[in-house]
Amino acid sequence: MGIEKIFGDSLITTSVNAVVNWARKNALWPMPFGTACCAIEMMATLSGRYDLSRFGAEVIRFSPRQSDLMIVSGRISIKMMPVLIKIYEQMPEPKWVISMGACASSGGVFDTYTLVQGVDQFLPVHVYIPGCPPRPESLIDALLKVQEIVAGPLKQADPEGTLLSTRSGAMALTPASCATKATPA
Amino acid sequence: MTPEEIVQKLVARFGDKVSPSGSPGISRSFAVMDRDHVLPVLSYLKDDPELSFDFLADVTVVDYLRLEDPVVRERFAVVYQLLSLKHNHRFEVKARVPEEDPRAPSVLELWKSALWGEREAFDMYGVEFEGNPDMRRLLMPEDYPGFPLRKDYPLHGRGERDAFPQYRPQPDAPRAADTQASQA
Ligand code: SF4
Repeated sequence: MGIEKIFGDSLITTSVNAVVNWARKNALWPMPFGTACCAIEMMATLSGRYDLSRFGAEVIRFSPRQSDLMIVSGRISIKMMPVLIKIYEQMPEPKWVISMGACASSGGVFDTYTLVQGVDQFLPVHVYIPGCPPRPESLIDALLKVQEIVAGPLKQADPEGTLLSTRSGAMALTPASCATKATPA
Repeated sequence: MTPEEIVQKLVARFGDKVSPSGSPGISRSFAVMDRDHVLPVLSYLKDDPELSFDFLADVTVVDYLRLEDPVVRERFAVVYQLLSLKHNHRFEVKARVPEEDPRAPSVLELWKSALWGEREAFDMYGVEFEGNPDMRRLLMPEDYPGFPLRKDYPLHGRGERDAFPQYRPQPDAPRAADTQASQA
């Protein structure tokens, strides 16, 4: 645009989406849904040693109405599922979901009569973290993956969405594949 | 008193209504009886000054499916774990409950702590306690089909984990992924 020619370095032109998403991505407010041992690791990630606030996600909100990133860390039983959904529905749009640990992602070792075998049956999960429990580095990696998703489509050339694996093993799904996963059959 | 002495005392009082059980060295002695005798025996255990079991530690159920216990003989046994805080001794009582009619009398009038124990036993084994005013499920969802701790119940359940459509998102409701403002 020619406008820079007039005003020089004092002005940057961009789109509103880019600015808003840049702000969103660097100020994610997590809603911790910690129901089991994975939550201990999530707390470790949030506290001083691993310090999630370096990535702008230190404002832990225990009210879903003030948060935009749901971290499901732990086992979800059939009886807990409606609670999780209710809390998720209370979060304002746009919102993102991390499924932390084997239990939240697939039921883990608890292949029993009572445990939901993966919260992605009920919620649109954006990033899965494997591990039992995942190390704090994995959660940080997942947060960075969420930031990528917030900032924009992962790959323009990949409309279907594919699983991307990263160094520590976190899997990121593009929004397109999340949408297909969340729709009941 | 040791459990053996308590069993002897019960047999002396109630005769053949009470069968002693338990193997020395493996388990403590306990008493087995038909469910009709539960209330008289347990109130005796509570009120006798030498026994005075003032605390019901737990009510639960054992499923004897394919176990063929010679004393219990029925499919289920309701187990009452008693503790006397006064004398510091413990005792265990089992009541036979047949498979075709899984009912047992509630001991709520003797010990208030039976309320949740009986609810949990009902939740997991489907044994109903007559006289308990609050026979609802305790742990599982109210609309859960089946009784998961019965031995003939499949370990993985019968597909209930996936069969709760009321919790699923409605297809027309906008999802986060659709409304995401990231199409920069
Ligand atoms: S994945 Fe492992 S650490 Fe995490 S909730 Fe399940 S059992 Fe606990």
